[in-house]
Amino acid sequence: MINRRQLLGAVASGFALAGLAMTTPVQAKVVGDTIILGAAVSASGKYSTNGKHTRNGYDLAVKMINEAGGIKVDGKAYKVKVIYYDDESTPARGAQLAERLINQDGVKYMLGPYSSGLTKAMVPVTEKYGIPMVEPNGASNSLFNKGYKYLFAVLSTSEQYLASAIALAGEVSGGKTVRIAGAFENDPFSQDVRNGVMADAEKIGAKMVIDDKLPPDLNDMAATLTKVKALKPDLLVVSGHAKGAALVIRQMNDMKVNVPMLAITHCDSADVIGKFGMAAEYTLCASQWDRSLSYKDPIFGSAEDFAQLFEKTYGYAPPYQAAESAAAILVYKDAFERSNNFDTKAVRDALAATDMQTFYGNVKFSPEGANTAKPMVLYQVQGGKFRVVAPTKWADAKLMWPTPMWDKR
Amino acid sequence: MLANIDILVQAPVFLVDLIVNGILIGAIFALAAYGMALVWGVMNIINIVQGELVMLGGFITLMVVNTLGIHPLYGVPIPAVVLYFIGWAMYHIVIHRVVDKDMFISILATFGLSILIAQLTNELFGSDVQTVDAKLQTLLFMDGMVAVSMIKLIAFVLALVTGLVLYLFLKKSRLGQAIRATAQDARAARILGIDTDKVYAATYGINAALCGAAGSLVVMAWTIHPYVGLPYTVRSFMVVIVAGLGNLPGVIIAGLGLGAAENLAGFILGAEFQIAFVFSLMVVILVWRSWRLKKQRKYLS
Repeated sequence: MINRRQLLGAVASGFALAGLAMTTPVQAKVVGDTIILGAAVSASGKYSTNGKHTRNGYDLAVKMINEAGGIKVDGKAYKVKVIYYDDESTPARGAQLAERLINQDGVKYMLGPYSSGLTKAMVPVTEKYGIPMVEPNGASNSLFNKGYKYLFAVLSTSEQYLASAIALAGEVSGGKTVRIAGAFENDPFSQDVRNGVMADAEKIGAKMVIDDKLPPDLNDMAATLTKVKALKPDLLVVSGHAKGAALVIRQMNDMKVNVPMLAITHCDSADVIGKFGMAAEYTLCASQWDRSLSYKDPIFGSAEDFAQLFEKTYGYAPPYQAAESAAAILVYKDAFERSNNFDTKAVRDALAATDMQTFYGNVKFSPEGANTAKPMVLYQVQGGKFRVVAPTKWADAKLMWPTPMWDKR
Repeated sequence: MLANIDILVQAPVFLVDLIVNGILIGAIFALAAYGMALVWGVMNIINIVQGELVMLGGFITLMVVNTLGIHPLYGVPIPAVVLYFIGWAMYHIVIHRVVDKDMFISILATFGLSILIAQLTNELFGSDVQTVDAKLQTLLFMDGMVAVSMIKLIAFVLALVTGLVLYLFLKKSRLGQAIRATAQDARAARILGIDTDKVYAATYGINAALCGAAGSLVVMAWTIHPYVGLPYTVRSFMVVIVAGLGNLPGVIIAGLGLGAAENLAGFILGAEFQIAFVFSLMVVILVWRSWRLKKQRKYLS
């Protein structure tokens, strides 16, 4: 039996040990000739597929940079390594892991997780410790209106996702008032997409006839689609991650709902072409990136080069989530080389001054840390392929409009 | 909201569309709820893992269709059979330990199982949204304004037939009688020579099989992913609460009614209030029921 004194002693020494561990700063930011980056990425839970894309993007960029001689700081070449944890797709866990990466692993430079929700949970932690975070997958506008100083996002913000679709609807309407139906999941990302749609709708003088919030555990959209049938909008906009994308195309076909134009997010991660074939035709899809775009950088070459390398390495075509993740590491490389030292403040300032082109697009941060230099592209599913139809500068196909009625397909 | 009601007043055809589509998804809820009612009534376990069993049925259908290349409709019995054995195994590994414990323990245990199964499915199949195309037509009525897809109709008929078969099975077969006897009084049933352990295992297996069939229909008519379980658990729970235990026709009616009410609420109040409406409705029904019972000096069991 343990008596009280022994117990007290054990507890006290436990505290002492813990205290010791806390007070000794772990010098893990740069170990020998390796720069350590930290990331919490979903390996389990609902974001595990996109988490895998994110990690593959990070890993490929790390491999390429290391093979090309690493990052040169103050005349010395450093290799890059990433410490990963599984955030289980839950924001609370993400925040804990950010603490852990910073306090226990001593990480001084963070990479983002997948999704706006998780990024939102982790930023307060990285800000508190003044640790820079370059994140490739948090597009929600709510990340960029809190005055964060150490957050840098390489992707376009979510309210831009469907802007080209609204503009297109305005162009083809021939001066009539465009009537828009919207269904947006009740989460930070999709609600931001909604805000963007609302603002753009106002710009072209369009009217929102339906404005539904989809529940996060969505299993049926019949009620919203019946309303669409009744009100016959000119454009239906849906944002609900991959499950929303898959469900709307499945049920539009099932219920034979006719809309001249359907614009959604996440149709590539939902693989709507592979799943639904003909039923997915004419759908407009927002995308951060496409392999056909003419961006270039010295590490990966062109967007197409990246896509081919990625396909060769992982056996599938890179979704934009993988591309933007790889780009985040390129941004770090550039910032380290310009700052020429490892001080987090200096690296942060170098990040803020970023102005570069990557295979993923141009990167230049606003004072809030959002990338303002890269536009979104809009795909349309045509003949079983994603073809870029907007913006006009990158378009490789003409918009097919209106979508024929179901009985004419 | 008023504008939405106005649509229904001016074009009642959409009311028909809403109710029909609601009833069709309600049939799936009823199918999953049969099993929940059975497990609840016989074993006194609230089976939180219900939705995950539905989801598992969907993934097994997907696997069967992809590997054997058969028409997905022939695939319906396979997940039911597979799930029967999974349910049987789950009983012997976990459920038998909690069967005569406090209800809270069984809720915790099945909740744990639901997380475990969702996560294992995620590991095995990935977290992508999946669907199986049964390549069936959609029937259009009233100028195309009411659309009923064949697959949902088949799901509806199958749900009703399954309900009937289950009813006859419980009434007529030896095992069915043993299940009912055990539900009535497990101790007395044991004294009379019924191996209640076997009865429990069979009950849980039947529940899993029903869920498997439901999941197989869900993957053809809607979509599934490893975390889709919750809506189905919540709905079957509601259906059982409203219908009461041991009331199979009640489960069917409650399931269909719930589906229709939910769809209508989604239309009128907006999709975000769909589930909130359903829960409010449940509260109203429970209050009304306990009030009625109090008047008769009975208690809500």
